[in-house]
Amino acid sequence: MTRPDAEPLWVDDEAGPVVRPYAMTRGRARPRNGFNVISLVTATRPVLPIDVGLVPEHARIIELCQQPLALAEVAAYLRLPLNTVRVLLDDLVARQLVQIAEPRPPATLPDDSVFEALIHGLREL
Amino acid sequence: MDYENSDRGDRTILPTALKILIAGGFGVGKTTLVGSVSETQPLRTEEVLSEQGIGVDDISGVETKATTTVAMDFGRISFGDDLVLYLFGTPGQDRFWFIWDELALGALGAVVLADTRRLADCFPSIDYFEGQGLPFIVAVNCFDGSRQYSLDEVKMALNLDPEVPVMLCDARKRESSKEVLISLLHHVMKGRGLTREPESVGS
Repeated sequence: MTRPDAEPLWVDDEAGPVVRPYAMTRGRARPRNGFNVISLVTATRPVLPIDVGLVPEHARIIELCQQPLALAEVAAYLRLPLNTVRVLLDDLVARQLVQIAEPRPPATLPDDSVFEALIHGLREL
Repeated sequence: MDYENSDRGDRTILPTALKILIAGGFGVGKTTLVGSVSETQPLRTEEVLSEQGIGVDDISGVETKATTTVAMDFGRISFGDDLVLYLFGTPGQDRFWFIWDELALGALGAVVLADTRRLADCFPSIDYFEGQGLPFIVAVNCFDGSRQYSLDEVKMALNLDPEVPVMLCDARKRESSKEVLISLLHHVMKGRGLTREPESVGS
């Protein structure tokens, strides 16, 4: 997967987990949302060559989420802490560039069909 | 319609996403189990906590504040286009309950992996899930030559509710890990039969 801009990814493991995420989110340490780790993120449109106001990580999320991807997967692929991704998602949701689908609480599942589908699916693996 | 806001009305059909937690002491094989049954190598995600660990949006002195990075390994199993199961290994450090709460929210249930050589390592996980009312089973991961106790002895030592299944497994083996997950799902379904909410909203 190619990045939409030419800027090299200048962070690596040695850069440490803290400074860059805070810089990327312009100092915002805490997201406004509390999205579940399995909330599904879906982009509403492809990345454009020039997206004013987006940092490269915003564009990367849009690129990754052309198909639904869980918040935890986005964080893992971007190698960013969950809360940093949540802050970035705040921005993208505000601009309607992604949609977030929160998972349904298991207690509200109407019947056992999902469980039966999981059991069947696991047996078939 | 398994999502609250699934009315996208366009091309993408959202799958139903579900998660199961894999808990237990350090080195008991949580990531091994996740990896043996997932469709890819386990992924890793992190949460960064300040020492306070609570939601204070204080950016002054961020660079010097003591922080802790808590890593979680997880895997994904897709079933067709409409069902995705995520398996999350809980962080081994028991003091990060904040992260456990986050992971447990909306989980179907949990597998507590136990090692009979260090049975006490799984006590905090069992206490936590009992406290949360999250259904769980105990799977004794059989390391080579480590099977010193019978399942009944393990059950007694853990002081478990008699309804909680205890089974043997080999977390390295896909078939065994599958059986563990299937056992958990049966256990969760059984519990639902007893406590099912009479009606669900919005479906």
